[in-house]
Amino acid sequence: MALSYLPQSLRSKIRVGWADIVIFIAVFGLFFSLKHLGHEMQAPFSANRQTPISLSLTALPGYAARSLLRMFLAFGASILFTFVYGYIAAHNLSARKILIPLLDILQSVPVLGFLSVTVTGFMAIFPGSIMGLECASIFAIFTAQAWNMTFSFYQSLITIPRELREAATVYQLNWWQRFVKLEVPFSMIGLVWNGMMSFGGGWFFLAASEAISVLGNSFYLPGIGSYMAIAVARGDNRAIVYAIIMMVFIVVLVDQLFWRPIVAWSQKFKFEQTDSIDEPKSVVLDIIRKSKALPWLANKLGAPLARLLNQMFGKASQIAESGGQTTVVVKSVFKYCIAIASIAGVLYASYRGFEVARHTVNLRMLEDVFFYAFLTFLRVLTMVVFATIIWTPIGVAIGFSPKLSKIAQPLVQIGASFPANLLFPIVVIAFIRLHIDNLNWGSILLIALGTQWYILFNVIAGASSVPSDLREAATVFGLKGWNLWRTLILPAIFPAWVTGALTAAGGAWNASIVAEVAQSGNTHLYAEGIGNYIAAATTAGNWPQIIVGIGVMSIYVVLLNKFVWRPLYSLGETRFGLG
Amino acid sequence: MAIRPATERATLLSAHKVVKYYGDNEKRILVLHDVSLSIKEGEIIAILGPSGSGKSTLLRILAGLSTPSGGEVRFRGEVQKGSNPHVAIVFQTFALFPWLTVYQNVEVGLLNSEVPEMQRRRRILDAIDVIGLDGFEDAYPKELSGGMRQRVGFARALVVQPEIMFMDEPFSALDVLTGENLKKELLSLWRSRKIPTKSIVMVTHNIEEAVTMGDRLIVMGANPGCIRVELPGLPIEQRGKENPQHLRLVDYVYGVMTKPTEEIAEYVSVEHRQVHEKRRAFQALPHVAVGQVTGLVERLHADGDKEDLYVLGNELHMEVDDLLPLIQAIDMLNLGNIESGDVMLSAAGIHFAEAGVLEEKEVFRQQAADHIQLIRYILKALKAAPNNRVRWDTINKELLQYFSEDEAERQLDTAVDWGRYAELFAYDDQEGFFYLENDINLPADAG
Repeated sequence: MALSYLPQSLRSKIRVGWADIVIFIAVFGLFFSLKHLGHEMQAPFSANRQTPISLSLTALPGYAARSLLRMFLAFGASILFTFVYGYIAAHNLSARKILIPLLDILQSVPVLGFLSVTVTGFMAIFPGSIMGLECASIFAIFTAQAWNMTFSFYQSLITIPRELREAATVYQLNWWQRFVKLEVPFSMIGLVWNGMMSFGGGWFFLAASEAISVLGNSFYLPGIGSYMAIAVARGDNRAIVYAIIMMVFIVVLVDQLFWRPIVAWSQKFKFEQTDSIDEPKSVVLDIIRKSKALPWLANKLGAPLARLLNQMFGKASQIAESGGQTTVVVKSVFKYCIAIASIAGVLYASYRGFEVARHTVNLRMLEDVFFYAFLTFLRVLTMVVFATIIWTPIGVAIGFSPKLSKIAQPLVQIGASFPANLLFPIVVIAFIRLHIDNLNWGSILLIALGTQWYILFNVIAGASSVPSDLREAATVFGLKGWNLWRTLILPAIFPAWVTGALTAAGGAWNASIVAEVAQSGNTHLYAEGIGNYIAAATTAGNWPQIIVGIGVMSIYVVLLNKFVWRPLYSLGETRFGLG
Repeated sequence: MAIRPATERATLLSAHKVVKYYGDNEKRILVLHDVSLSIKEGEIIAILGPSGSGKSTLLRILAGLSTPSGGEVRFRGEVQKGSNPHVAIVFQTFALFPWLTVYQNVEVGLLNSEVPEMQRRRRILDAIDVIGLDGFEDAYPKELSGGMRQRVGFARALVVQPEIMFMDEPFSALDVLTGENLKKELLSLWRSRKIPTKSIVMVTHNIEEAVTMGDRLIVMGANPGCIRVELPGLPIEQRGKENPQHLRLVDYVYGVMTKPTEEIAEYVSVEHRQVHEKRRAFQALPHVAVGQVTGLVERLHADGDKEDLYVLGNELHMEVDDLLPLIQAIDMLNLGNIESGDVMLSAAGIHFAEAGVLEEKEVFRQQAADHIQLIRYILKALKAAPNNRVRWDTINKELLQYFSEDEAERQLDTAVDWGRYAELFAYDDQEGFFYLENDINLPADAG
């Protein structure tokens, strides 16, 4: 042992081991970078005089760090949103009736289309500083990450076993203690899993929101997305390669240093009461656990802080629950005010929207837009069908072999996280060289690049959870070839496939906004579809067209959700569910 | 120390004409009807009852977790509002938080108390010690066996020093030996007054357990939940399987519980309370599978066509909760009769037991078509319907007049199970309708 040369009395007093030194260095480095980056985020900015993006290798880590910071800020906001929104929806029955359908719609709306709105909005809030653009980008990433986690949290909250809830009531826990000791821990596993998936989905939005054309201006946020965009625009192949390598590196880094430890730690919240053999492990978590200083710090700082919070919330809830007539009246009045305010807000916003639309929208325009949306729908459909046909056999083969799954799962996960739109410019150049003059078919490939991984990922997961006794029965009874697929494999993986296809399709709609239009040098390629329509409208700053475009796309998505995905999903649960 | 006579002891908790409904106005289901009881200091009360008697609901109302729809509950004279901080509950499934250690789980009840830090720590460690888990303070629940987890549940309840400790079937999730062990330890703690709890209220479906532990037994009835009989428990010296009084009381309680619709006035000699049960067009079918009925009838036949219910329960390792529905099914199908704590096979039952597989079906078919009102109703509807087809929803709607939504569905499921076995009718689950198959020969007087 490193400290074995010290006398016993001194050894026990020392609260620092080598693990602590590692952690200390890491934390110090983190704080320093954050301070530096935070400073940069408030740099002065104006549309005409933007700091040019440098393509040198030395600038790249800085850009990567900026992008990473955005991702985490958005994630932090997502977590906060999740806790507040999910909590209210789970505990308040009347709010639930609005909040959950609203969440559904929010999930379907293609947020990338709103970029023009958010950019101008935030820039107005932070005039003269780059903060406005940063916020717009962070907001775009937030919308990619938040909804899934909120749903998961809400689901967990309403499925807490009755006896645990009763124990919390009988032993007089106030609402804060319930939240911290029961509700959040119970939801933790779902939150971590969904968080991991959602975080990965945010990379796409990061890349899409760093280099944008809005209202006739081109904006570049310092970050890896812009780096790539500029590199392609200038044809700097070396820089392109650097960017791709850096992107992969960051995705892997976040996975190893952030997600793996969290997943390993969250195992202690598993609700099944048995110790499972195959627990996820993480080197980083092991190092943290070896630290001696952290538990001491947790005791000295954490415990008093927890007590303070507890006292504050305890007092607040005592007042709220004291049940006198006046508090009841005050609470109702409060609720009514909020309800009226929100309804008024929504009505006003819709009214303004209608006003704008009324003057510029006519039937012909609507016809066009619906038609474009239909074309994009066909592309999404084609993508789902082809991805299913190609990847299902591969996914099943991987899923049936535990060894292969162990290797493949993290790889596919990274593939799903990697923002495919980073690669779009390269593919577009290839198209140009091949003299393909429009993106009508090419955009399908582009869309698939980003979203087909969800299908593969879920098929692998579905195949690996087919119970082995079913497979053994199939072997014993000589099921082979098409019979095997028809009787066992396809039905068994159906629910998982639905989840994957649904996610892929959702991502595809969003992706169409960046996949149906591309520019390289002086060549301008586009596809006929609603993604192109919205993108063009955004660049031109044509508000009515933006609103109509987004509206129509949302209608398509919501209708598809209701009439295709929802029934498929419940079919998967009732008929094909494995129990 | 002499035990003070019951009349002198203070009343801690009293329930007066408690009524509980679930659901809203048109569809509401009466779960508890006119329940009145009082819990005095210094006694262990055992609440016994079959499933559906609302005993768990009653426990939650007494503890303040749930408010009664009518009537009131008073704690030390004051009307109880909300969860009572002077009681604790030990749960059937232990209800431990998996992410907290044993120490942290036991600490839960003290988180909001006024007890100062040092004393708190002392109390928690003492509770863990008393319950026999010293050394396990930092273990997580998933590292512990079932018995140890329930001990943590007990420690958590004891550490808040409740005046009343409620227990909701605390030993039913444990294996027999562990359960016995825990019961003995709990009783020893109680009798040596090592715990400051003033009374214990235990809900159970195990008659044996109730007689062993209860100073007073409250037997509940189902549909709707009500108190049928309140019996004094045995004096401590008379408890234990070796004592004839013990066995007699157990048998007696079995007798009371297996007489669902008859007057028990003549049967019961002690003070009793009784509720007139709502008349129904359909019997409440017990939810057992045909295979279980077949198995039991054959077993009874092998045992000489007659058996004492208590002995039967022991042999089959079944609690009254599980045995009762089977006995009721046999009674309803007229394959057997229940009389003073014994079950006896009828002529049809003996025929059933001696028959081969196909003939068994015949007997069952005859009995079901003759005696099961719901099946008769379905057959009548099928005969009258065009194409001999009736939708599930139609039958279900009829049942909703007498049962809650969930219960109506379960009743119909059971009827489908029995009817299909008897080949009286067929059912298509995908499309949701009953139909008659062409080659079925219905018994002449069916429907």
